[in-house]
Parts: sequence; C-alpha cells; structure tokens
Amino acid sequence: MLQLLHLKKYYATQKAVDDISFTVPQGSIFGLLGPNGAGKSSILRMVTGITMPDEGQILFNQEPFDMAKHSGLIGYMPEERGLYKKMKIGEQVLYLAQLKGLSKQDALAKIKYWFQKLEMESWWNKKVEDLSKGMSQKLQFVTTVLHQPKLLILDEPFSGLDPVNSEVIKNEIFELAKQGTTIIFSTHRMEQVEEICQHIVLINQGKIILEGQVPEIKQRFKLGEYKLVVDGNLEPFTKFIHSNNGNEFVLRFQDKKEYRQVLQYCLDHQFDILNFNEILPSLHEIFIQEVEGTAGRKFDR
Amino acid sequence: MNKILLIIKREYLSRVKKKSFLITTLLIPLLTSGLISTVIYFASTSEQKQLISVYDESGVFTQKIKGNSSFQIQYVNLGLDEKIDTVLSRTNADIFLHIYPFKNNQPDSFILYKNGGVSLIAKEYINDELTNIFQVKQMQDAGINKLQIDSIHKSTISVKSYNLDNHQETSSEIASVIGYVMGFLIYIIIFIYGAGVMRGVMEEKTNRIAEVIISSVRPFELMMGKIIGIAFVGFTQFGLWFILLLLFKVALPLFMPSLQPTMPMAMAGMSNMHDTMQVISQSENAKMYATIMGQNWGLIIGCFLFYFLGGYFLYAAMFAAVGSLVNEDPQEAQQLTLPITMPIIFGFIIMASTVKDPNSSLALFGSMFPLTSPIVMLARIPYDVPTWQIIVSMALLVLGFLLMTWLSAKIYRTGILMYGKKVTWKEVIKWLKYH
Repeated sequence: MLQLLHLKKYYATQKAVDDISFTVPQGSIFGLLGPNGAGKSSILRMVTGITMPDEGQILFNQEPFDMAKHSGLIGYMPEERGLYKKMKIGEQVLYLAQLKGLSKQDALAKIKYWFQKLEMESWWNKKVEDLSKGMSQKLQFVTTVLHQPKLLILDEPFSGLDPVNSEVIKNEIFELAKQGTTIIFSTHRMEQVEEICQHIVLINQGKIILEGQVPEIKQRFKLGEYKLVVDGNLEPFTKFIHSNNGNEFVLRFQDKKEYRQVLQYCLDHQFDILNFNEILPSLHEIFIQEVEGTAGRKFDR
Repeated sequence: MNKILLIIKREYLSRVKKKSFLITTLLIPLLTSGLISTVIYFASTSEQKQLISVYDESGVFTQKIKGNSSFQIQYVNLGLDEKIDTVLSRTNADIFLHIYPFKNNQPDSFILYKNGGVSLIAKEYINDELTNIFQVKQMQDAGINKLQIDSIHKSTISVKSYNLDNHQETSSEIASVIGYVMGFLIYIIIFIYGAGVMRGVMEEKTNRIAEVIISSVRPFELMMGKIIGIAFVGFTQFGLWFILLLLFKVALPLFMPSLQPTMPMAMAGMSNMHDTMQVISQSENAKMYATIMGQNWGLIIGCFLFYFLGGYFLYAAMFAAVGSLVNEDPQEAQQLTLPITMPIIFGFIIMASTVKDPNSSLALFGSMFPLTSPIVMLARIPYDVPTWQIIVSMALLVLGFLLMTWLSAKIYRTGILMYGKKVTWKEVIKWLKYH
C-alpha cells in the first residue's frame, strides 16, 4: 500500500527524519510509535503530501506519491485538531469533503450516513465553538473518514475522548479495517497499540529503532519468564525463582527442559497447578527499554 | 468542482454572509457622508466672530484694519500702568494686538496676546492686513495716489493651461483632487482587505485547520483562494457602495435641493488644500463641473481597477505570509506587519507630494516601484502620464506581484505549520531556500 524509501527531512537545527524506510501492508493496522519529538508528525506530514521530503521517495500503490492524484485516497487526522470555529458544522463537513473531491450529492449522502451512525444529526446548524472537546473530536474523525479513504492516518485519535466515545471510535476503526482500509495509527499510548495494531515501527530521534509484527516483537524481547501459581513448595528450584508472592511464582528459565523439570516435580508431589503461563513483555516495557537506551532527543536550538 | 473555486467560494460566502459585513457596508458611507456634512455645515455657517482689541502706538494702522467674517476689530487705548492681562477683560475682547511705535519711520514690534494660544488663522489674518496697510503707506509715501494703488490691487493674473494632445483646457486643481482621492482609496483598500487576508490566515493557523486543508490542497491554492475570495468581497462592497451612491444622488435633490451646489465644494474640501479652495469660487462651479466631466474617465477608471487589483494582490500575498508567521499573540502580528506597512505609508507620502508636482523624479520613482506604484501612479494619471510610463509601471507591478506571491507562498507554506516558537526574519529567509 505505502512504501517509504530512505526518507530524510532535515530542519535547520535537527534531523527530524533521518533515513527512514518501511512498508505498510495493504489492509493492515500499522502503529507508528515514538516518544514526543521522535519525528512521527514529520513522517506523517510527508506521507500526506503536506511537506516534501528532502531526500527519499514515497510510493503509494507502487506509484510515486502525487498529491493531486492521491490526496483523495488519504484521510488524515492530525494530532493538533483543527476546524473552523465559527463555521456551521454541516457546511464545514461538506466543504472538507468537497475538497477531498466528493461531489456535493455524494458528500451529503455520506454525511447523513455518518451523522446518523454516530448520533450527530442535531449538529448540522451548530458551530464548532458550541461543541465540547470530545464532541469536536468525534466530528474531526467523521471529516477524516467521510470520503472513504484507502489509507487512513490517525495521529493520537483517542486523546481527549471519554471511555464511551473512545470505544465508539475504536469500533469504527476496526470496522474500517475489516472493509480493507489501511490504517496508520500514530501514538505513544502503548496499551492501545497492543490492542489495535498488527505491525509497528518504533522511531526515536528520526531513526527506526524497532520494527515488526506485534507478536513477533514480543517473542523477540521475552526474557524466558513464566508465571506459576501452585499450591506447594518449590524449595529445590530457588535458582529459577525470580520473585514470589505467596503461592504465585515468577520463574526464569534458560530452556524448556528446565520448566518441564519444575512442572514434573509439581505433578510428582501432587501439587495443584492453578495457573502456568509464559510472561511476554508488554509493548510499554519494550518501548521504555528501547527509548531509554537512546535517551530521547537532545534539543539544540 | 475545482478545489480553488471551492476555497474562493467559502472565503467569499463566509464573509459576505456575516452580519458585520452588511453593517460595515452601510455604516461606512453613512459615517463618511456624516463627516462631510459636518465639515460643510461648519464651513458654511459663520462661526462666532472673534473681537480683536488693537492698541496702535504708531498711529499708522489706526482705523485701517478691516474686519472680516471671522474677526471684528476695535481700537482701544491702554490706561496708564494698565497691565495687558486686564485689557482683554476690560474691552471684552478675545485677542489683544499691541503695535509699538515706529523707530526711524520703520515698523518695530507687533505682538498678539490671548488667553491660551493664538490661532494660526488669526495670526495670518493680522499679518496680511498689517502688511497690506504698510505697503499702501509706503506707496503713498512714494507719491503714488490712491486711485493708482487701487488699480494695482485689482490687477491679478490668471494662468490657464492647455493640454496639447487634445487642445482642451486642463485644471491642475481638479486633477490633483481626483489623484488624491483615488490614491487615498487604493491606500485604504490595501490596508482594509490586506489585513483581512492576514486575519484569515492567522485564524486558520491558530485553529489548526490549515494542516487538515493542506492535506487536500496545495498551500498555494489555499493562499490564493483566500486572496481571491477576499478580493470578491471587496468588489461586492464597492458595488454596494456604488449603488448606494446612485440612490443617494437620485434621492438627494428630492429632500434637500439647496445642498447640491455645495457637493463639488465638499469634494474639494476633502483634499484639504487651501490653494484649491481659493481658486474655486462659486461662479466657477459650472466650469469646474465641465472640467471634471471632461477628464479621461475611461483611462482613470481602467487604471484604478488595474492598480486596485495589482496593489491588492501584491500586498495581500505579503499579508498572508506575515499571517502565517504569527502565533497567537496579536502583538507579534503588529511587529511583523511593519515591513509591509512601511512601503504603503511611504507610497502615501510620495502620493501627497505627487499631486502637487506630478513630474518630479520622486513621483516618477514612486509610480514605477511596484510597492508604491498603485498609490502614486493613480495620483499622476489625471495629469496625463506618458503611455510608455504607464505600460512600464504596469509591467513592473505584474512582475512585482508574481515575485512577491512566489516568495510569500514559500514563507506561507512553512509558516502555517510552524507552531509555538517565535519566528525571526533570519529563519524566514532560510525558508525561502527550502524546495
């Protein structure tokens, strides 16, 4: 769907994007992660054609990205939300949809569909300044997806949303993905990434520091830890015990032989095994570990 | 529909549909005509006369200073040891004129006293009267008799000017008024609508909608859409004013037939030029009217439209660039607009001297330099500018517009995405190198 080849964007004082390449597969939900100032927004602005890369190439469906041709296929919700405060909501959504290339009739029909779906019908003649932050967030989402983009780019889509509306938007994202929309999801909220994304790219200081499928990355960073809840004493295996809390043990093994040994021991002594599972690191932990190593961006203005 | 058309439409409608648009469109002519009527009112009703007490120790001027519509003269004597402070209240006068005795048959000192400052008009009036009387005295001393002196005073010369191109009589006074009015109009237009463009850009930047929109259209399209949309707002406003003016012209004689002859006078008054006022006497009104109608209005209106558009587009692009640099602080906007407002004000200053001397080298420069030509050239047009100069000036304006729009677009597309930190001109110049 989307290929970034050796993208570079240098500003006067910093390398915002420094030789970044990755591929977003068709129909995937793709997480673009990184701490504040890592270069996420700079990448997204190049992908949406807002700015031009200094070097490198962006391929959209194997063709070089061309704004006139491709902007209608992209829906972009920037982190800094923006709408005209004094313009009537209906007119505004219509205007933004027409700028994306929809005809008036087509746009009106789609607005009606989305306004009904998200219970916004009474908003048509209101102004954005009359809406709460969560409501305008919802409106922004509608303006982003209205023209049925093939590629949907969401920069921190849940910030400012209450749990109910977060759930509504999340379900819409899943539904769009099911219909084949490719979604790039940029955030630093890792629990959402784990829940939503299939692929991720982690960047810091304008460089990729981690990339891959979510389950595969977790496997890569696992420490060989297992949780065992057992009604008994593990005296002979203290060398494996990493921590314990009552009958809940965290064990660390070098290989599978070792944990079979422990399990066999429990079975032989007729201990009740209440729970046994492998502990995989959360993306949050991986994120912290990887980013801390590079210590964030130094500011040299 | 083409995207830039959509933007133009939104920019136009969102402004024209506002209540404030209708209110200002109606209010500005009302206020202007109110102001003009007030000026006419005060000019036509004789104000209260000021009483001048004259103490003439020389005896040369006694009973010779004439009063006029503004000043009344009375001759008084100063009591022994009387202080000047008390003369005014004793004689009920506003101004006290003390003429000292002549020394060696030559005038010595003339001093005016008043509570508060003496007005320039009073001083000029007294000066002129005294000079006149003294000149007459000197002529009489030289042996010229009174009849001869009267005839000297009556002889004045009036120069007429003809244009060799069409062998018609020209009027520098009227040309200067027309030039002044048009230059002034352009000046106002650039300021009002240019600032409108800047506010629009600032709104889009601070609302953060700019980023959403330029993911659909090019920044240049957004900028030009806004500039063109606001130009149409300007056209609409001028159209409405023109209609109002026509209605006013039709309706005025029905209500106040007596006011009409003073209208051209009011127009002359607007130029604030004494010479013009003095030259135009009531009896010359008809002739003046004919001269006004005899102007090359096709050329004047054509040039007005061209320079209106050229000047507006040139400056609107610059205002847009500045708007894109501003964060949320309006004070920042004021600082950043300084490089734009300076040339406009320079243009205005050059224009003010151009109406008096349309062929000076300063006027020629001002009417060629794109940043000032929209204002200055219009002040020269009524004086018949050589065609080649108009063509060169127009070509330079178009070039200036293209160059400025190109530069502004470069600043604009970076500035509109730059949040938070205050931008320096040094950085802005770097942006021009981005591709």
